[in-house]
Amino acid sequence: MSSQTPSQTVGPFFSHALTPSWNGRPPIAGTQLADERTPGTLIRIEGRVLDGAGDPVTDALVEIWQARHDGAYPDGSDTFYGFGRASTDAEGRFWFQTVKPGALPENGAPHVNAAVFARGMLNHAFTRIYFSDEQAENSRDPVLASIGPARRKSLVASLRDSAGPPVYDFEICLQGVHETVFFDA
Amino acid sequence: MTANQILNPRDWSSHPRQAHPDYKSTLLRSQQHPLVPLPQSLSELTGPVFGHCGLTGQDADLTRNAVRDGEAIGERIIVAGRLIDESGRAVPNALIEVWQANAAGRYVHSQDQHEAPLDPNFLGTGRALTDSAGRYRFTTIRPGAYPWRNHPNAWRPAHIHFSVFGTAFIQRLVTQMYFPGDPLLALDPIFNATADAAARQRLVAGYSTELTEPEWALGFEFDIVLRGPQATPLES
Ligand SMILES: [Fe+2]
Repeated sequence: MSSQTPSQTVGPFFSHALTPSWNGRPPIAGTQLADERTPGTLIRIEGRVLDGAGDPVTDALVEIWQARHDGAYPDGSDTFYGFGRASTDAEGRFWFQTVKPGALPENGAPHVNAAVFARGMLNHAFTRIYFSDEQAENSRDPVLASIGPARRKSLVASLRDSAGPPVYDFEICLQGVHETVFFDA
Repeated sequence: MTANQILNPRDWSSHPRQAHPDYKSTLLRSQQHPLVPLPQSLSELTGPVFGHCGLTGQDADLTRNAVRDGEAIGERIIVAGRLIDESGRAVPNALIEVWQANAAGRYVHSQDQHEAPLDPNFLGTGRALTDSAGRYRFTTIRPGAYPWRNHPNAWRPAHIHFSVFGTAFIQRLVTQMYFPGDPLLALDPIFNATADAAARQRLVAGYSTELTEPEWALGFEFDIVLRGPQATPLES
């Protein structure tokens, strides 16, 4: 038996390696997981990362992992890889363009998994992004049901009232009264 | 690891605590609510694959992957090891990304204001996929220590940042590799955020005569251990 290697913070200086587009280098994965040719409904997820004082976290890294439109998890066999990576900007904002995930019955309501990394976070934090227009599915989801209603809201991205392709807003609060629900899976 | 096997929990005796007052940035960024237990489903036990990224040996050689008009400056080193899980099994075809300061302790980053020279021939980033035995290998320049403003006269010990994927998204690991015998380790709040001394030691690479290449570069060995499959299946 070996023992787990401890986590350490991603620190402030990861962007030349993990999100290097600004530097003219191809990223391993970026903010656009899908385009018009990808099967499914093209959506945008727009978010912000905030700290315990409500100030934007301008040096966070957000990664997502999700199912395809039909609920199956990508295995590298088609061009939708299901993985995205974004660093937050000067206002703590990030965004992804992807397809809305489907959900197989055993996997609960449609959701996107997210991992949040930042200077000052010695371990990254896992959360889930559910969708506000999936009320029926959400009400049957055992994970959402396991959380009290006040905190449950933090996991549901809200569909913006706007024309055009669907945009969902999702705020990630690292600490405090409005702290996002983070999981230990 | 067999596909989609239930994994051991994150080992909180090895990982750092969330809030660590000596490391000032944790004050407003560490979580105050207890983490919510989440049963592992396909959503957690699957994860991205990176075989399509077309990585080459060049991506793993930081002394060459960004040269413009000369050679990267500093002490050339080899950093290699195995990616395994807690059961000792190799994790093949896994993406490992590294990043670091240059020999003078300076990052190629707009927010790094340390008054030390940039090296036009060194970017300080590398990527590799582990081989069928879980092995990886980078050639790089030994990074310098650098100052930070956490406390008066604070210096980070020399380190290389590692980003690692397993087969499951919940095996994700971001960590830092340190060098043996560094006097700054005892003073570093980030390194010491891991309470357990034996766990901290797993962040320190070992000098390796086997990896050292004559007339060329010192070798350091750094094995990385991810969460492994649960030894006893849950009764249900
Ligand atoms: Fe660093």
